[in-house]
Amino acid sequence: MSGGLYNTHKADFDTTLDFTKLKAYGDTMNDGKVQFSFTLPVKNDEKGMEAARQLVRKMGVEEPNVAIAKPLDKEFTFYVVYGSVIHSVDYENIHVQTVEEETMSMEDTDEYIREHFGRKIVMIGASTGTDAHTVGIDAIMNRKGFAGHYGLERYDMIEAINLGAQVPNEEFLKKAIEVNADVLLISQTVTQKDIHIQNMTEFIELLEAEGLRDRFVVCCGGPRITHELAKELGFDAGFGAGKYADDVATFAVTEMFKRGMK
Amino acid sequence: MESKLNLNRNLVDKARESAKHIAEDTQSFIDLHTTVTVERAVCRLLGIDGVNALEVPLPNVVVDHLFDKGLLSGGAAYYIGNAMAETGLDPQQIAEGIDNGEIDLSKVAPHSIDEIRAAIMPVAEATTDRIRGNVAKRKEYLNEFGDKEGPYLYVIVATGNIYEDITQAKAAAKQGADIIAVIRTTGQSLLDYVPYGATTEGFGGTYATQENFRLMRAALDEVGEQEHRYIRLCNYCSGLCMPEIAAMGALERLDVMLNDALYGILFRDINMQRTIIDQYFSRVINSFAGVIINTGEDNYLTTADAVEEAHTVLASQFLNEQFALKAGLPEEQMGLGHAFEISPDVENGFLYELAQAQMAREIFPNAPLKYMPPTKFMTGNIFRGHVQDALFNMVTILTGQKLHLLGMLTEAIHTPFMSDRALSIENAQYIFRTMQDLGSEISFKDGGIMQTRANTVLQKATDLLGEIEHMGLFATLEKGVFADIKRPRDGGKGLSGVVSKDECYFNPFIELMKGGEA
Repeated sequence: MSGGLYNTHKADFDTTLDFTKLKAYGDTMNDGKVQFSFTLPVKNDEKGMEAARQLVRKMGVEEPNVAIAKPLDKEFTFYVVYGSVIHSVDYENIHVQTVEEETMSMEDTDEYIREHFGRKIVMIGASTGTDAHTVGIDAIMNRKGFAGHYGLERYDMIEAINLGAQVPNEEFLKKAIEVNADVLLISQTVTQKDIHIQNMTEFIELLEAEGLRDRFVVCCGGPRITHELAKELGFDAGFGAGKYADDVATFAVTEMFKRGMK
Repeated sequence: MESKLNLNRNLVDKARESAKHIAEDTQSFIDLHTTVTVERAVCRLLGIDGVNALEVPLPNVVVDHLFDKGLLSGGAAYYIGNAMAETGLDPQQIAEGIDNGEIDLSKVAPHSIDEIRAAIMPVAEATTDRIRGNVAKRKEYLNEFGDKEGPYLYVIVATGNIYEDITQAKAAAKQGADIIAVIRTTGQSLLDYVPYGATTEGFGGTYATQENFRLMRAALDEVGEQEHRYIRLCNYCSGLCMPEIAAMGALERLDVMLNDALYGILFRDINMQRTIIDQYFSRVINSFAGVIINTGEDNYLTTADAVEEAHTVLASQFLNEQFALKAGLPEEQMGLGHAFEISPDVENGFLYELAQAQMAREIFPNAPLKYMPPTKFMTGNIFRGHVQDALFNMVTILTGQKLHLLGMLTEAIHTPFMSDRALSIENAQYIFRTMQDLGSEISFKDGGIMQTRANTVLQKATDLLGEIEHMGLFATLEKGVFADIKRPRDGGKGLSGVVSKDECYFNPFIELMKGGEA
């Protein structure tokens, strides 16, 4: 496996950065270097390695190099493969949706609520569907918060209600109506075979079926959630990794104000 | 064992004494009550199995019938025994008779307690003999292959499909896993029945059914024979069917069971009265079947802060120890739990983890401690995650943890790929090999960070147990002392399944199993 482990032919491509033809970066501009790791359900031999190389080549990678072929069982082998991706993307023409508000501090958010609403804002959250993990919703709602960002329970002007995990969509909505919630927060942490997308779609459909979509600001969050995905599914916003209670609170209250909610 | 932490033994004794009083106080409540799942477990152990035309398990059919007729206070054994004495049928035939409406237990002519016992005890003893056979089989395997000296490598499978689980479990066993846990499908802990048969659909896990237990047991025995190692099987004896799962596990030779009422109360919102009663019988069964229980203290730290709330973990370990002793469970089967969950941003966080793990080792010297990997601060950065798991592995080998649940580099992204598991095993095996005797080579500085930390945590745990002793366990849970979660005494799920025992109540399996090792 030693031959070709290092690329000694660095000079045969243009090393000028061109944002219309963006490529992956290993240690030289435009070298296109990427790494893959995956398992194939075959035994570990030369034929298996060739299968790994061919698979990676089909993904648009030149000179695929199998760094590791490690048997996991008689008929399963794990591969780590390096290579240079031939594709590029036009970075100049990429437009993504993000939550754009400048995040306010807890004190500023409380002040904003006092000024614009003059009452406590009710936010209700849960990990819905079959998801048993509360770590995400707890990080946003629990008083203590996460990584130095206080949770919503600590906000003077927010009444935060955390229903915990495995809350069915119907029950979540019922409770939201019961407590007269303004903002709904749905957390999806661990997901198998994309069940979270189905669950979140069903929730929006439920809201629409009941004619309640406009009554609430509806946000979702979790490690595999992006703002774009959230918008696509019909949520007002989505919060992925690295977002905290202050990001969620800022978005929710400014969105309420924009919509003219009282 | 030589103490590295210079622990204040007076505090250890005081904490243990408080925990003992708390357990005794709670036991006096337990002894007066039974629950629907306790009685269903009795039915299962009497050989009642299968489902009716509506897919309702027959143990539920029988217990619902007793409940509806107001007879549950007498216990399933009493009324089934009475029907056996009257009809000469076996328990399964009686259950079928109840299901098709031919038998009404409230209308069976009453027999004397001697006649009832004469009918039922031979059936109960046949079951305990079968469980004894399972324990003997495990011993036979361990004698043949030997048992592992160091930490058991514990991995989970969670595909939702028992047959796919078997493929993954066999691969993991061949790579070096010692314990395979089949994660249950989300939501099973809240079902007030146990599903039936082999299952191929679940979310985030696979249904715990007796047939799934049997299939996985057979697969692990097969791979164990090839590898010349005994591969232990673990499942989840928690939720609303604690004692039934224990019964199924005993019948199918499971080796390890998660088993912690406090966990169910806090994290599944199961009613505290219900689950503490359920826990007692489940631990009696687990004890008899030679099953190592795992307790769930590690979970506290997924919601509460691992630095500030470390003493609640220790306090809960003391409580779990005493509740286990009440059920006759020996120390060698107490997999008391804790976890590596201090934020990577905390300076000297590793020292606090090491101190906590060493403290648990010294306070519970005979317990096969269960140590859980980092989850809360796993971010999806798989490269850092693999390092976090390496640090966790070091704590285990330095402090002699026994049930070592392997951390996965892809924690917080997805349920483990086959390759994730292999990389984790490789990581742990490397560290356990290269640092095998490091623990016995090092001592900690007198009055240093480690000793000070351990003794501070011990002091706080002792104080907390003193408070709980004063308030009682239920009031403590109402106040949110554990995991920052408050639970009302009459809230949560399952309270309607609790009944007081009456004077004819008896449970043949507590008589046959408690205190007697199979």
